[in-house]
Amino acid sequence: MMLPDAEVLLASLAEKIKPILSRETAIVGIHSGGAWIVERLLPILGSDLEHGILDISFYRDDFNKRGLRNDTKPSQIPFEVQDRHIILVDDVFYTGRTIRAAMNELFDYGRPASITLAVLVNRGGRELPIAPQIAAAEIEIHKTQNLQLERDDKNLFYLTLEPYSNA
Amino acid sequence: MHNPQLTKEGKLKHLLSIEGLPKSILNQILDTAESFVGVAEREVKKVPLMRGKTVCNIFFENSTRTRTTFEIAAKRLSADVINLNVNTSSQSKGETILDTINNLTAMHADMFVIRHAQSGAAHLIAKHVAPHVHVVNAGDGRHSHPTQGLLDVFTIRHYKPDMHNLRVAIVGDVLHSRVARSEIHALTTLGVPEVRVIAPKTLLPEHVEKLGVHVYHDMCEGLRDVDVVMMLRLQSERMTGAMLPSSQEFFKTYGLTQEKLDLAKPDAIVMHPGPMNRGVEIDSAVADGNQSVILPQVTYGIAVRMAVMSILAGNSE
Repeated sequence: MMLPDAEVLLASLAEKIKPILSRETAIVGIHSGGAWIVERLLPILGSDLEHGILDISFYRDDFNKRGLRNDTKPSQIPFEVQDRHIILVDDVFYTGRTIRAAMNELFDYGRPASITLAVLVNRGGRELPIAPQIAAAEIEIHKTQNLQLERDDKNLFYLTLEPYSNA
Repeated sequence: MHNPQLTKEGKLKHLLSIEGLPKSILNQILDTAESFVGVAEREVKKVPLMRGKTVCNIFFENSTRTRTTFEIAAKRLSADVINLNVNTSSQSKGETILDTINNLTAMHADMFVIRHAQSGAAHLIAKHVAPHVHVVNAGDGRHSHPTQGLLDVFTIRHYKPDMHNLRVAIVGDVLHSRVARSEIHALTTLGVPEVRVIAPKTLLPEHVEKLGVHVYHDMCEGLRDVDVVMMLRLQSERMTGAMLPSSQEFFKTYGLTQEKLDLAKPDAIVMHPGPMNRGVEIDSAVADGNQSVILPQVTYGIAVRMAVMSILAGNSE
């Protein structure tokens, strides 16, 4: 399968986010892919845009099955969530479980006025009534395949598609 | 021999002592605790990890601070918490403990936090419990107090991130201190190159240097150029027989004053596991001074205990 150029998708995502920015907007990336994207979006969208990182390890719905991951990172939300319009950013949208966990965590910081979900790729296969409002690309990916965002040594994005190792 | 704390896959299942735990697990606990520090600063200070789980704090020996921090930690993980203070003086050891555990297991307890005056009590319980039940040692006799050791190294790492370049002095009643043993194991496992113990001969265990520490009897000599001063509590209630002339005499020789602290590095931090005997092992001015991180230790203790409990809860066989 020909995968799209992730750098082109990033530029397209930025264009789609621009019109919804307001003074009450804050942008939050989900660790790790979403956080990378926010880091790259900031120079395009304006670096004074308030931003944060969520690591959803403590909110995952498969904790009882898989336990805590080894690489937990602290969430950093250095602004008031209360009454803000939050743009939640992730790299690949799949089942919707990560987003559910992220929303649960976000609400423990305060009650946002709204949350908009923006992703680089919507790969299909959602399992919950959650969907991205903004997606730079929609590609159907078989459930045995893992679509991932990676960074090269120049910090440029590219996508990889490999079978799930535990499938 | 198989380490009873680990699952077959080498994951942490019980926390009984720091001895024998690999560096990777210690780092996982410390890194996870780092994430929990931020949780305490949020509007909602809870995460849902242990929703529906029951944690039993069973204290056969009193310790208000340890019990309280374990209770807060479990509640911030959304667990239900039951506190039991069991007075052992009239009970025989062994069978009674296991009976208590059996009863609580029948009430579907998922985790036991155990404090006991007898060394090895937590090990005994860990051997006995069902496969899905986890045990945390909250201090057993003179043996071990792993979460205190972990919160101490967490505090050190927080203030002095370059662990490979540190001199740490542990001062006072090493003989009766389970904290000191846990600290020494944690510090050497994490690669701290120089750990010193400073104490009179009567308050040092035999062959203490086999743990990889440098022994000093002169406090002024031992404190020279250290980055961290960890004071220990003088465990008067554990002392049988006269090991010391008097507590005033002890303060003169081994009490931490500003004058002695000035021999350490200018940015050295001062720690104490509590409860403090002011004027016995530490001068009030030092305990409340700007090099003291004694209260941050308590705060970080909650994050470290949250990390331990959540890691255990996720590693069932």
